[in-house]
Amino acid sequence: MLDTKTEVSQPDLIYEATAKPFSRRKFFGIVGAGTAIMATAAACKKDDNNSSNDGVNLGSGDTGILNYAYALEQLEAAFYTQVIMTPYASISALEMEYLTDIRNHEVAHRELFKAALAGNAIVALEVNFSSIDFTSRTSVLATAKAFEDLGVTAYNGAGQLISTTSAGATYLTLAGKIVSVEARHAALIADLISNGTFANTVDGMGLDSARTPSEVLAIAGAYIKTKINASNLPS
Amino acid sequence: MNLQNIISEIEKADPEVYDRLDTRRSAMKKFANLSGKVAVASIPFALGSMFKTAYGQSNSTVNDVLNFALTLEYLEAEFYNNIVGSPGYMTASAAAQGALSKIKDDENKHVAFLKSVLGAAAVAKPTFDFTAGNGSNTGPFAGYLGFYAVQLAMAQTFEDTGVRAYKGQAPALQGNRTVLTAALEIHSVEARHASHIRQMRRALNAAVPAGQTVKPWITLNQSGIDFPAGNAAIQKSYNGEEVVTQAGVTITGIGGNSFIDAKAASEAFDEPLTTAQILDIVDPFIV
Repeated sequence: MLDTKTEVSQPDLIYEATAKPFSRRKFFGIVGAGTAIMATAAACKKDDNNSSNDGVNLGSGDTGILNYAYALEQLEAAFYTQVIMTPYASISALEMEYLTDIRNHEVAHRELFKAALAGNAIVALEVNFSSIDFTSRTSVLATAKAFEDLGVTAYNGAGQLISTTSAGATYLTLAGKIVSVEARHAALIADLISNGTFANTVDGMGLDSARTPSEVLAIAGAYIKTKINASNLPS
Repeated sequence: MNLQNIISEIEKADPEVYDRLDTRRSAMKKFANLSGKVAVASIPFALGSMFKTAYGQSNSTVNDVLNFALTLEYLEAEFYNNIVGSPGYMTASAAAQGALSKIKDDENKHVAFLKSVLGAAAVAKPTFDFTAGNGSNTGPFAGYLGFYAVQLAMAQTFEDTGVRAYKGQAPALQGNRTVLTAALEIHSVEARHASHIRQMRRALNAAVPAGQTVKPWITLNQSGIDFPAGNAAIQKSYNGEEVVTQAGVTITGIGGNSFIDAKAASEAFDEPLTTAQILDIVDPFIV
């Protein structure tokens, strides 16, 4: 379990770094320590619905799946935001163009889920990129490939977990609209690492693969400091 | 098969059939017009998929969707089978030839996979006219075997169309989790192919309309292809990709992120096409 200070302030710092760099930090800078503690307590109370001793609860049903996607998009968006803020050495103009586009796409995905989930959205997650060397092209592209391939398998695996309701059909289509863009990213990143490897993930039957949420979160967890509770997701 | 008679019969039992079909009404007219052109075997599944939308999933729906997918895979596989080794292909770099050969293998595997799933229910392969001439072999893409750039333009269009086709069918497969997942696993492969073909066209400095740039993703409703004879046919595969609203949410500038302009907002989401829209696109290629 995260301590309360970390749970409230750190995710916001990370999140604000990706969107609005100053406002929240400024807020915490202005208020005194005593006030910050009160704000922390209030925030914890507000988060009762999706926080517990088992971490941030993604929830159940379609909401849970949307929060699961939101969590992954938060991770991807935070990663590419950092990549663009601190580009690796000798980045080419074409790579900068493509990686900036991908940053834009991932932020759009993240913000859509946040807006669509509204009051059911999980909090901003705190990421852990300590294993990534953002000055290194090799490290950045290897991580990008891992994230994009993970995203493709995550969405491919989540489709069958979405409800067969009318709303569920809409969510499935939405997931479909996103997963093919993730696959376009994945192929590009693979090609940047080694041209022609765009479809090396494809198996002997010509298929990409799928992962369950628990498989995905086990991998993504290395980059997410916030503990995530996926126990209520559909299976 | 007389579509009008079928609709009339349904109308007797369900006076609201036209309301249920609603946006499909123009599609019905198109089907009537196309029925002489589209392979006869493709009509039942196209129809089945259409009625699925109005009446919910039937037991035959899954096979209908799979046969729809199989027909598209037949088209893609035969296209790549034709171009690999062709005079135009032989002018490409070794890396480009390798990529097209890899994609050819994947598409043939998709055909084999879908046929294995469908078994005896699999539709037969139609006869194709890759010039888009409805069998005249004198359509806008005549001579494509000799021109690598035309082959890449066609490949890009087929791949992007395939992505939109699978995406459009996904909700019809919700009742069968295994098949849905397999379809999604093909869908993302088509997107990988599309991404690479687009990179190949960028590297080739292929002809693009003024103001457009070919990227691995689809910007607005831009094809990124300038091939005057084929532009009208190609554009159908990109119409509707320009939307910047998803699930009722405006994506442009979302969350105060001004860098998400209309281009980025459209690129971030690929859009589905309906069965009728796909059939309209592929019709000129089917004898």
